[in-house]
Amino acid sequence: MQEYINIIIKSIFTENMIFAFFIGMCSYLAISKTVKTSIGLGIAVIFVQMVTVPLNYYLLEKVLKPGAMQWMGESFTEVDLSFLSFMVYIATIAAMVQLVEMIVEKFSPSLYNSLGIFLPLIAVNCAILAGSLFMEQREYQNIGEVLAFSFGSGFGWALAIVTLAAIRERIRYSNIPAPLRGLGITFIITGLLGIAFMSFMGIKL
Amino acid sequence: MSSKNLKLFTVPFNLQNPVTVQVLGICSALAVTVKLMPAIVMGLSVTVVTAFSSLIISSMRDYIPPRIRIIVQLVIVAALVILVDQILRAFVYDVSKALSVYVGLIITNCIIMGRLEAYAMGNKPWPSFVDGLGNGAGYAMILIIIGFTRELLGSGSLLGHPMIPKAFYSAGYVNNGMMIMPPMALIVVGLIIWVQRSKNPELIESN
Repeated sequence: MQEYINIIIKSIFTENMIFAFFIGMCSYLAISKTVKTSIGLGIAVIFVQMVTVPLNYYLLEKVLKPGAMQWMGESFTEVDLSFLSFMVYIATIAAMVQLVEMIVEKFSPSLYNSLGIFLPLIAVNCAILAGSLFMEQREYQNIGEVLAFSFGSGFGWALAIVTLAAIRERIRYSNIPAPLRGLGITFIITGLLGIAFMSFMGIKL
Repeated sequence: MSSKNLKLFTVPFNLQNPVTVQVLGICSALAVTVKLMPAIVMGLSVTVVTAFSSLIISSMRDYIPPRIRIIVQLVIVAALVILVDQILRAFVYDVSKALSVYVGLIITNCIIMGRLEAYAMGNKPWPSFVDGLGNGAGYAMILIIIGFTRELLGSGSLLGHPMIPKAFYSAGYVNNGMMIMPPMALIVVGLIIWVQRSKNPELIESN
């Protein structure tokens, strides 16, 4: 149990998608004007992350890795499809996002109305693809660790965007030098938040 | 190259810069800029992928069903990125290691999808190619400026060669360790935006 909690804490704070790796910055900057919409997008990211990363983990283990296709018979033991990983991941993500959108629309119209516009955007959110790529790079041992990582990284991203949105709602009333208004000051705020998050690096897990 | 195409190529360098004005492709722009070398390689890779994916999508644009266009675009971009990744691994393995997941993330780099959706889906192949090339180059320019600043101030070198004279260090100059940290990339971009917008007041946003 403890190692799962370690992975969650690590992926939320010390290896935060936004502040440590700058992943998912585009939608992070574009959709952080109000707290309400950013919470919607944050929840959608956690949700899609927790669906696609474990799915891609199984694809990696059963199809892509060198020798992973052994279950199909002796002649497949030599097959190494790992160079195809980018294409398989992105196809899974695009298909899953479409599927999730349809399911949510069918069974929970109220959730669909709050997430609706964000779901298609998520297919090209780097945070989702990066989740799968980090999962491959860090070589998690079993499905539990993968689930813990996918929840933690999604939650860390959501936390970051909600924090920024709250700051931006406030900063609208302050007197910023004209050329820095909007995008410029947002970058600098994110930089300062990143420096603050660096203090979590001291946590040894 | 006609003057219209030339304009397509030059506008992304300043008034329509993908990073500082269109806010596209920030994800990878920041993480790979600790040193100049990865920044150059990343800029080149993105330029190649943007230009060729625009060319391919634009020549296929009449045959792509609108409902599944995103998946078609992603698959073509992914194929190009796989090519780039394999080439980098074969010829510049060290840089490829330093870029780690960010090569794969070119697929979801918003510049590429943005240009495909906004330009290549509705224009002829050659102007789309030039548009992709210009946007990739505008992105590479910002990457190189950030990489230059961070490597010079953070490690006192450029492309691995020491740049600050020994006399400076003996006089008490110290490399700015903050520049190596990830958050400084954001602050450098913020400063670039500040400079650019004070030179082009029409870009200033209302609060």
